[in-house]
Amino acid sequence: MFGFLLKRVSVIIPTFIGVTLLTFALIRLIPGDPVELMAGERGVDPVRHARLLAEMGLDQPLLVQYWHYLTGIFHGDLGISVVTREPVIREFFTLFPATLELSFCAIVIAIVVGLPAGIIAAVRRGKVTDYTVMGMSLTGYSMPIFWWGLLLILLFSVTLGWTPVSGRISATYWVDEATGFMLIDSLLSDEPGAFLSTLHHLILPAFVLATIPLAVIARMTRSAMLEVLREDYVLVARAKGLAMPLVVCVHALRNALIPVITVIGLQVGVLMAGAILTETIFSWPGVGKWLLDSIRRRDYPSVQGGILLVSCIVIFVNLTVDIFYGVVNPRIRHQR
Amino acid sequence: MNEQLLTASPGDVLATPGPWREFWDYFSANRGALIGAGFILLVLLAALFANLLTPHSPFEQYRDAILTPPAWQEGGVWRYPLGTDEVGRDILTRLIFGGRMSLFIGMMVVCLALLLGTLIGLAAGYARGITDTLIMRAMDIIMALPSLLLALAIVTILGPGLINAAIAIAITYLPHYVRITRASVIAESSRDYVTASRVSGAGVLRLVFITILPNCMAPLIVQASLGFSNAILDAAALGFIGLGAQPPSPEWGSMLSNALEFIQRAWWVVTFPGLMILLTVLAFNLMGDGLRDALDPKMKL
Repeated sequence: MFGFLLKRVSVIIPTFIGVTLLTFALIRLIPGDPVELMAGERGVDPVRHARLLAEMGLDQPLLVQYWHYLTGIFHGDLGISVVTREPVIREFFTLFPATLELSFCAIVIAIVVGLPAGIIAAVRRGKVTDYTVMGMSLTGYSMPIFWWGLLLILLFSVTLGWTPVSGRISATYWVDEATGFMLIDSLLSDEPGAFLSTLHHLILPAFVLATIPLAVIARMTRSAMLEVLREDYVLVARAKGLAMPLVVCVHALRNALIPVITVIGLQVGVLMAGAILTETIFSWPGVGKWLLDSIRRRDYPSVQGGILLVSCIVIFVNLTVDIFYGVVNPRIRHQR
Repeated sequence: MNEQLLTASPGDVLATPGPWREFWDYFSANRGALIGAGFILLVLLAALFANLLTPHSPFEQYRDAILTPPAWQEGGVWRYPLGTDEVGRDILTRLIFGGRMSLFIGMMVVCLALLLGTLIGLAAGYARGITDTLIMRAMDIIMALPSLLLALAIVTILGPGLINAAIAIAITYLPHYVRITRASVIAESSRDYVTASRVSGAGVLRLVFITILPNCMAPLIVQASLGFSNAILDAAALGFIGLGAQPPSPEWGSMLSNALEFIQRAWWVVTFPGLMILLTVLAFNLMGDGLRDALDPKMKL
């Protein structure tokens, strides 16, 4: 087990170094002088220019720069935002709870809807239900989610007036930021309608972000379930007289879940990419929108730090899933 | 199979169906794949003959007809069947011309990724050893990042634009092709026919490109078809956030980039471009599934 852990962890080290090389290269590959690019049309006087260059360490040899960058990362120093003059890492982690909350709700929706849908489709294989679920899942998989978000705003916010268009909570509530997770903060606050308002704001963006993972989970569950339902032990369980729902939920599901869990883990990357689009449409104050805004504002230290941190999160979650997979499935663990 | 043998005349039995015939039999049995292929053909033809199909130019701004609703709605005219946008451009015309951009970007991404990916995959699978390890580690890094995020990073470096977006997306999809090619090359290399070819004196290039590569094509074709849909989707997303095709070019994603402003008063500006993206991506996915079933018996479920 220890060897397995060590092996998995050691595999991500080159990946991590690669990502740092990429983000390191990012700021240096942009054509033109980074300071002048960031200053824009206003221009910048030579003294300030030199000071900014030195501040970002861009006046040193590349290898030294990379070394400083790498050691900086391990000290939690990702540079300073050019726009707000705040440390990038602080900006990121102030906004990250919003993204985490949104992504968490999205993956919960995706699992709660996708898993049963996939199971039902597998059990009723070749029937109308199966075709409906698979058709919807293929449509969801092909969905441009930025448009899907606009469409749902058009329907639920503009036409029906059920949900708000943007933000995390109605402006009439003042909620103290204790955890950064609005669902928890609004529950802790003594304002009566705050939690409902938060839920109201969350439901549409979370559903939009859930669309693609939902479709993927439903497809994967169906095919894993079909595979398992063919096994002898399912037949034995049926022959013993157990009811089909019991066999499906107890005997089959446990084994079908293994590939599904991997797929759920892989959705983290999808969620992070989707968050950029979803947050932009719903003006959700999370890291996705911040990253895009930083690109538009040419705030390159923020872009660099943001991409690095998001990548690290994705790598870390994938590693966790990998290890978890090894724990539940000994065959993986003992493979060379 | 048996029934066929019983009912067919002896002459028919001897004539085995050719590979194309066999492919078509499988492919055409899949109704979804046929519909998908049909829709793609339609978009392709519309894109090719765009100038003949519509009297308007995609850039012409009819200032007297700003935000005209679709023809069937009150206030709509058949001159602009799907209405006009915020500066009075005909939406249907822009959608038809937008097909050009989406298909072009799909083609460019798939060609780039397929070509580079196959070459790198062949190199990794044939050379093995340190080359292989280095290449696969590099691919792992690309795979570790969400494709849109990596594309964003690359577009930030290259600058926004349709071609740069295509290059960025192609890089993010490179690992799929590399992995598939490498895996099939490794699987095929140990086969007898490759050994036979090597023993009879075939050089490295002949071995790799003429002996091994044709036998790795099926999964690559499937991946390319499915890659088309991802490429179109990502390109549209980049266009939407303003880093892909630049206005005023009639790209479906960038047509939506300021749709949020018109969501209250002009639903047609918001609806149609996205619908085209969805239908086209869906069509490619359906066709890709059909191709997979027809070409790759191993992947059949």
